[in-house]
Amino acid sequence: MSARLLWRKTVNIVMLSLTGLCALVAVSALFFILGYLVYHGGRDVNWDFFTKLPTPVGESGGGMANAIVGSGKLLLLAALIGVPIGLLGGIYLAEFGGKTVPFVVRYTADMLNGVPSIVIGIFAYAVAVMPVRHFSTLAGGFALGIMMIPIVLRSTEEFLNGVPRAMREGAMALGASKWRTISSVVLPAARNAIITAILLSLARVAGETAPLLFTAFGNRFWSPGWGQPTASLPVMIYTYAVGPYDDWHRQAWAAGLVLLGLVLLINIVVRTVLSRGPSAQRS
Amino acid sequence: MQTSAKPALDKTAPQAPTRPNAMETSVKSPSPNASAPVAAATLRMQVRNLNFYYGKTHALHGVNLDVATNKVTALIGPSGCGKSTLLRTLNRMHETVAHSRLEGSITLDGEDILAQDVTHLRRRVGMVFQKPNPFPKSIFENVAYGLHINGMGGRVSDAVEQSLRRAALWDEVKDVLHKSAYELSGGQQQRLCIARALAVNPEVLLLDEPCSALDPISTAKVEELLFHLKENCTLVIVTHNMQQAARVSDSTAFMLLGDLIEFSPTPQMFTTPTDPRTEAYITGRFG
Repeated sequence: MSARLLWRKTVNIVMLSLTGLCALVAVSALFFILGYLVYHGGRDVNWDFFTKLPTPVGESGGGMANAIVGSGKLLLLAALIGVPIGLLGGIYLAEFGGKTVPFVVRYTADMLNGVPSIVIGIFAYAVAVMPVRHFSTLAGGFALGIMMIPIVLRSTEEFLNGVPRAMREGAMALGASKWRTISSVVLPAARNAIITAILLSLARVAGETAPLLFTAFGNRFWSPGWGQPTASLPVMIYTYAVGPYDDWHRQAWAAGLVLLGLVLLINIVVRTVLSRGPSAQRS
Repeated sequence: MQTSAKPALDKTAPQAPTRPNAMETSVKSPSPNASAPVAAATLRMQVRNLNFYYGKTHALHGVNLDVATNKVTALIGPSGCGKSTLLRTLNRMHETVAHSRLEGSITLDGEDILAQDVTHLRRRVGMVFQKPNPFPKSIFENVAYGLHINGMGGRVSDAVEQSLRRAALWDEVKDVLHKSAYELSGGQQQRLCIARALAVNPEVLLLDEPCSALDPISTAKVEELLFHLKENCTLVIVTHNMQQAARVSDSTAFMLLGDLIEFSPTPQMFTTPTDPRTEAYITGRFG
């Protein structure tokens, strides 16, 4: 009996330490990456980096202002495509679908989520670049938007399903139609969780390089409008990191730091704004 | 569970006649199931030969029920007897369940409710649920919700105040109307849900075990409230608690396994039940 107790206690301690250790590794990975980026790229993140164009090869200094703006434009396009389709599709799955259709949609979305990003890039190249015969911001945003759809769709569905049925019945018992119930009670109840999921999906595609290589391509200058090739932070990182110059390597590190910083910043700002808004569900 | 052969009727019986007007509900009908202990002119809702199915499960067997205007009708019975199902058919909330099927007729003021627009019906027949289910909005917005969705304009703030007063909640929340409904206690949340249902001025209010998640003090408040509400609203309450049925209701229907066994004025139900199964249930021999 005592040996058995000892064994149980040992297993308990071992498993607890193991889970704690893995949690620590997960967290430290982020801090390790962050520290590495700051160490290598911190010095090059200066005012010029945010305001100036890349300098010609051989000249030092310059910045990546065009890539920062380019990434912003690409993410805006991606959100315009991914958020409405993902959100409304997710609402359909959670609220309206019967049995067969949601199953098919869910399965397809999971498959789409698993498609390698380079393949999405080829698809966007075939659909949005080949017909017009030049690279464009639009094509890049299209590729990123497609990548966002399954993430937003599945998380919207999941969070809507988490809203208690009692709340829906409360609205319907007052004479609200199905859509009115969804728009005025169910969506607000799941609002914060859905917005967080959308942000995470934006953060995810913000770092995608492969789908942009032959859609948005790259640009050493400003990209006017939406029909021209554009620079973007991930592609700049790729180009500069594999380039032969020390100066480029340092700037690649700096771009990585800026990319991570921007994603973190968006997350913190939106979460702060959300927590200040009218208090939603406390759970 | 009480096993004594001599039923302890006097445990529940003395509570029933404490309501002064409880005896007004006319004479007893000879037939236990189709009994109509009230005159037709004062009937708000009538259920006739109602059969209800969840898929292949036959949940209600030819139920007849008369709901008297401005009275409290209680539905009692053991778990799974169909009392909540019957209640939910009265404002067609059963339609939110897939693969459910209903046969028979239900009328509100003589009109078939199955032929009406469902949103219109639910404005006239409100519902309060077992667990308080406030919306993730402020106290004010919770009460105003029904007014907004039904396009009832006018002085919304007046209507909100009036509803909160009718639900005996106004004094507790008048200074915190903008706060989240989730900051209220469970009992306050349930009265808020009652206020929310009252805001659209329903003719009938259905209550599905409204006190089962509340402590005794909150329960007493809600019961007190029901007594005042029936002055201008018809109430149908499902309850697990026989003492509660005896305290608050004018007529009581006893259900068992999808059958409506007995429907009588409450004092009579708890003193001289006609059906042996009713007697067995209210004396605590099962359920």
